[in-house]
Amino acid sequence: MSVSNMLENWSKFRHMHPVDDKPHEEYKWAMAIDLDACSGCNACSVACYAENNLPVVGKQKFDAGQQMHWMRIERYWDDDGREFPDQGAQFMPMLCQQCEAAPCETVCPVGATNHTADGLNSQVYNRCIGSRYCSANCPFKVRYFNWYDYPTTDNVWPAEMTQQLNPDVTVRGKGVMEKCTFCVQRLERAKNNARTEGRLVHDGEVQTACQQACPTSAITFGNLVEPESKVAKKWAHQQVELAAKDVQAKDEQEGGSDLRGYRIFEELRAYPSVMYLERVRESAI
Amino acid sequence: MEKDIRESIEWAKINGDVLKSLESPRPLFWVILVIALSMFGVGLGCEIYQYQIGMGVANLNNPQVWGLYIATFIFWIGMSHSGTLLSAILHLMHADWRKPIYRFAEAMTTFSLMTAGLFVMVHLGRLWQFYYAIPYPSERWVWPNFQSPLLWDAMAIFTYLSSSVIFLFIGMIPDLAICRDHLHPGWRKSLYTVLSLGWEGTDRQWRNFRMTYLTVACFLIPLAVSVHSIVASDFAMSQQPGWHVTSFPPYFVAGALYSGCAAIITLFVILRYVFKFEEYMTLPILKKIVRLTFAIAMVWTYLNAVEFASVWYSHDEASKAVLIQKATGIYAPFWWMMNFCGSVVPFVMMIKRLQTNIPVMFAVSLLLNLGMWLERWMIVSPTFSHGYYPYLWDNNQWPTLVQWGIVFGSFGWFTLLFMGFCKLFPSVSMYEVKEMVYHRSLALKHTERNLAVNATELAEKGAH
Repeated sequence: MSVSNMLENWSKFRHMHPVDDKPHEEYKWAMAIDLDACSGCNACSVACYAENNLPVVGKQKFDAGQQMHWMRIERYWDDDGREFPDQGAQFMPMLCQQCEAAPCETVCPVGATNHTADGLNSQVYNRCIGSRYCSANCPFKVRYFNWYDYPTTDNVWPAEMTQQLNPDVTVRGKGVMEKCTFCVQRLERAKNNARTEGRLVHDGEVQTACQQACPTSAITFGNLVEPESKVAKKWAHQQVELAAKDVQAKDEQEGGSDLRGYRIFEELRAYPSVMYLERVRESAI
Repeated sequence: MEKDIRESIEWAKINGDVLKSLESPRPLFWVILVIALSMFGVGLGCEIYQYQIGMGVANLNNPQVWGLYIATFIFWIGMSHSGTLLSAILHLMHADWRKPIYRFAEAMTTFSLMTAGLFVMVHLGRLWQFYYAIPYPSERWVWPNFQSPLLWDAMAIFTYLSSSVIFLFIGMIPDLAICRDHLHPGWRKSLYTVLSLGWEGTDRQWRNFRMTYLTVACFLIPLAVSVHSIVASDFAMSQQPGWHVTSFPPYFVAGALYSGCAAIITLFVILRYVFKFEEYMTLPILKKIVRLTFAIAMVWTYLNAVEFASVWYSHDEASKAVLIQKATGIYAPFWWMMNFCGSVVPFVMMIKRLQTNIPVMFAVSLLLNLGMWLERWMIVSPTFSHGYYPYLWDNNQWPTLVQWGIVFGSFGWFTLLFMGFCKLFPSVSMYEVKEMVYHRSLALKHTERNLAVNATELAEKGAH
């Protein structure tokens, strides 16, 4: 990033305030996850492993907390006194929140993690020196570090299995940070196709791997700039908009409200790109 | 009041004693050197293993990404601060008791900075690409990220290291010339000849020397304060509970001076014995450093309490939870030990009888530094194991032997450099000790003359 480029195109790289600024031109990729629909089946996580060439680290390293699941299903057990088979749980699919004011971006000493013009928090593997400051400053802890040289480690991908790796995605080596990209390879392909045909990407034309695999369609993904997109409609359910003019609180409406949307750690002002819709039904089990 | 130094030491004896330290230290020197070398070997072996296999062998994991490396990095950066305190700040304040001991304190600064620099390297996942963090011109116009506190860190440390090397070297020039003139021909003599830069001790050289030394001293003081403030910014500028504390920069600087002063006491005791410096590193001087250390210990204790109080009364639930975890969770034994070593042990230094008791002060100084190392660990790790995100709470990743080995090895590396320096260069400043002796003897003569004058006056009064 040259200095002149940085000064001239400042708004492209850093948004002071993603709501007050007019942040994005054509695309702002965003996601909505309906926790009411999520059954915690882990299909999204498996799809992510397949799509993004995630190494399967094995039991021992998993126990050591060195797993690489970009999309993880978190399980919070109900605390109502019931024992396991009857005990309910809540599920939370957790992935990189692609924050608009990402805490990870400002701290990287070499600028390996940046903001793209379409609102993604990008990770440049070749630039990363592995200081892990981004992970230290991530409130969600959704960044995964290559603790070992996984491509050459036994059992991560047995020899014959390397044929199933996705050719569109880099296989990461030892010592770099990685995280969910919103399947940027799919986004780029869709954008290229659309550009060739002289149009914008249609809503629903591009799906992330997790979204595609979700049996209950809990995950919605799309372009937030387009007001008619599914994801923009889901985002309209947000309980609190940060810009003062749009404050909407669900308690104000009588007889319940469909304002189920919230972003995790909204108070940290990281402006995540993933909207969660509250669960309203009883426990999953 | 006892004398800091005997006024009647002859200048030739000063030269002789210090030059002897370059040639015939006590046998303990070689024992220390061998131990340091083997410790360094252990650390080097661990680092080679980690470099080959990956950072995973250190048993770091997703929330616990830094572990002991960053904690020990802060420890070594901190230790470097008291060298500057002694050589630059006390120089400006004309505290002449610093003169026999500032040289080794300044060397301690340089070498602990070098050790800290190692940890920056050791903790990198891709050590071989570390130069990406340097703003060098390249055809791709890719720059480091100037917003990152880690980058400020790298720059501050590099500036501080290079300035303190220059300061150490400049202060040594007249002494290097003495070495050049007194040693037998050989590689050492050629080394000193080159390093003494043709020093002849002319008036002009002395004037220029004084000016240069003073200028560099003034330049170094703000650097010393800023470098540890910037290390504190690594934490204070982040968003994490337990790190995002405004009082961190002064807290870190106080902690740095504290552990540095404790390390000076440790090294004082060792050098005094190993290089037979009993005549110069006297007990009254030890007493003065001990008192200084005690004062800084109290400043640190206060700032520590400020940190707890500001977290406690902030009603920031996440930060409060981290503090509670520190005091009651799995880190509790270390956290309480840190408070004990840092705030209770220094009260031993209040006891006058013990202030000059060498074995006791040696043990106390080691305990203080243990406390300060634990403090750094307790800043880094508990935040990782109990950060914002509840899913990863209570992730207690115990460091493996690889991590401990590298931490252990760093002490060997430091000792190796430091003892090597003391064997190769005069670790007591000969010219300043001579000045000190001269000034003291002048002062003595002055008092004697005054006494004599008073006596005559009294006698005259009596005659009237």
